Amino acid sequence: MKMHEYQAKELLQGYGIPVPRARLVDSADAAALAAKALGGACVVKAQIYAGGRGKAGGVVRVDSADAARVLAGRLLDSHLVTSQTGEAGLPVNSLLVEELVAVRREMYLSVTLDRGAGRYCLIASAEGGVDIEQLARQSPRLVRRVVVDPLIGLRAFHARDIARFLGLEGRVAETATSMILSLYQCFQDKDASLIEINPLVVTEDERLLAMDAKFTVDDSALFRQPALSALRDDRQFEPLEVRAAASDIAYIKMDGRIGCLVNGAGLAMATLDMLAECGGQPANFLDVGGGADQGKVVEAFRILLEDPMVAGILVNIFGGIMRCDLIAESLVAAAQEKDCRLPIVVRMAGARREEGRKLLEGSALNIVWQDCLESAARTIVGRIAASA
Amino acid sequence: MAILIDRNARILVQGLTGSAGRHHGLSCRDYGSRIVAGVTPGKGGSQVEGIPVFDTVLEAVEHTAADVSMVFVPPPAAAEAILEAADAGIRLGVCITEGVPVQDMVLVNRALAGRPMRLLGPNCPGLITPGQCKVGILPADIHRPGHIGVVSRSGTLTYEAVLQLSEAGLGQSTCVGIGGDPIIGTSFIDVLALFNDDPETAGVFLIGEIGGSAEEEAAHWIRCHMQKPVAAYIAGVTAPPGKRMGHAGAIVHGGSGLARDKIAALRGAGVVVAESPARMADAMRQALEPNGGHPRQAP
Repeated sequence: MKMHEYQAKELLQGYGIPVPRARLVDSADAAALAAKALGGACVVKAQIYAGGRGKAGGVVRVDSADAARVLAGRLLDSHLVTSQTGEAGLPVNSLLVEELVAVRREMYLSVTLDRGAGRYCLIASAEGGVDIEQLARQSPRLVRRVVVDPLIGLRAFHARDIARFLGLEGRVAETATSMILSLYQCFQDKDASLIEINPLVVTEDERLLAMDAKFTVDDSALFRQPALSALRDDRQFEPLEVRAAASDIAYIKMDGRIGCLVNGAGLAMATLDMLAECGGQPANFLDVGGGADQGKVVEAFRILLEDPMVAGILVNIFGGIMRCDLIAESLVAAAQEKDCRLPIVVRMAGARREEGRKLLEGSALNIVWQDCLESAARTIVGRIAASA
Repeated sequence: MAILIDRNARILVQGLTGSAGRHHGLSCRDYGSRIVAGVTPGKGGSQVEGIPVFDTVLEAVEHTAADVSMVFVPPPAAAEAILEAADAGIRLGVCITEGVPVQDMVLVNRALAGRPMRLLGPNCPGLITPGQCKVGILPADIHRPGHIGVVSRSGTLTYEAVLQLSEAGLGQSTCVGIGGDPIIGTSFIDVLALFNDDPETAGVFLIGEIGGSAEEEAAHWIRCHMQKPVAAYIAGVTAPPGKRMGHAGAIVHGGSGLARDKIAALRGAGVVVAESPARMADAMRQALEPNGGHPRQAP
């Protein structure tokens, strides 16, 4: 689960990690007031669930309260398109108005999961504001990684080593050491999967500040992080994605016209790949999951049918935990409820396939049954082309 | 002989009294697997369709000599269940549970290092040695005894591959789901090494997907060590970037995580990679031909 910058900074501040003075606003007038309180000149930062804001005009330095008002009026309620958002962009519902800081130097600091090692790792670089992946590829010597043994944890000597690698000395190095330990503690306590401070800066008056922060929480741990779950900003998602998430359905809205319902993430990805190979474009990724009951499967079909882009549906089910007849019953129930006339191609295999087939063939729906994935994909692509 | 399980495996089910544990425990027994015990704290002394239930894994092992555990415990307690199995001397733990917190798995994997128990999963469909033994939730009827080893990060996509293989007359020695989570107990390489040493296995089909770099690491291992033909399919060629793909793995192994990089790495190791999910069996058949259509490169 992603978080906004202001939420990330509040969490870090709770662990004693200093952040710039700032105020969160959701109107132009409030932005002007906030700017005034910070001395006029300040930085206005759009709060969206994506990076790349600076280059896209979502992080702007202004010189006065009036300029902050004008900028805020333009940004608020707009959609900000960055290199990471896709064409539609993300809605700007709030702004962080932040003090101007005289920066001496910028650095990079993060904690994340090293999948290969199966452990968490701390990553640091004396170069700040960078794309760390690119830097690690091009100049690996500028990046320090400390892989943490979970039985030992991150220790002060690790943190001192990082501070030294960052070229920090004296009192600043001491502050950095305790900050690094706090950062790791925060990561552990909050079941984070990524905390990235980029840049971490040394100010002209020798203070350390987290100027920008990304904070992602492990979705699987949200059951024990209720306070963090409550921070989710549903406005940053497609409405159908929010509905799907409420029913614990893995759904991603896409740009095509073929609604897809599949069980299992791998098979769902393979189904999209198959559609693409047959010249079709999926309207969505949807993995209904393994242990879904009928209510959940009906809701999954409703979500497909309520997407105005969907002109036809491809169902690909391989029964294991999921039973094909449960899918069939749910499909019939949802289609009747929504009075669906769209072409539906169904491919099923595995547990209770024949029962599922009988249920579908006995219904009055516009359903074509196919035995293999490739012919199913070709059939729905053909139907949609014919109806266009 | 196959790998990891055969008809002699003595299996206990952690969470046998829950609905999923019961359903799949009994379905494994119907297939011929020896389900010797269930474990649910607080339900010791009861029975599920004649299978005795114990309060602890250790007690179950003492009474039934179980050596394999199938874990159906909900996410908050799954890590604890795995550790309990390891502590009780279980040889193979198979964790079906989906949604185990990553932090719990980081600790579990560290705790299991150097211990004899092998963990499969979490978030995996389990494994099957066709005609002998099934531990997990895989649909048994699509499998045929034979000589192809199957290893996969996926569940249902594995069934798709197995159905194609069986229909093409390519039976399986053992099919192993290693799980779709970022942190899992057993890697592609671990399973490839077992297949490499298994006289019953003539070739391997590997199913990977976007994210992380396990397929690239497997490709490197195949290039250096694999004596048998390998075919593969990688899902997610058309997956939109940035969705559900963590920032994590790519930092370490620059440029990894993309399907096309995985496919290129596998092809570079002499693996026949299926162009589409409809042609997985074709790729396996091609790999089994002399030279596999791909001259193997020297390491």
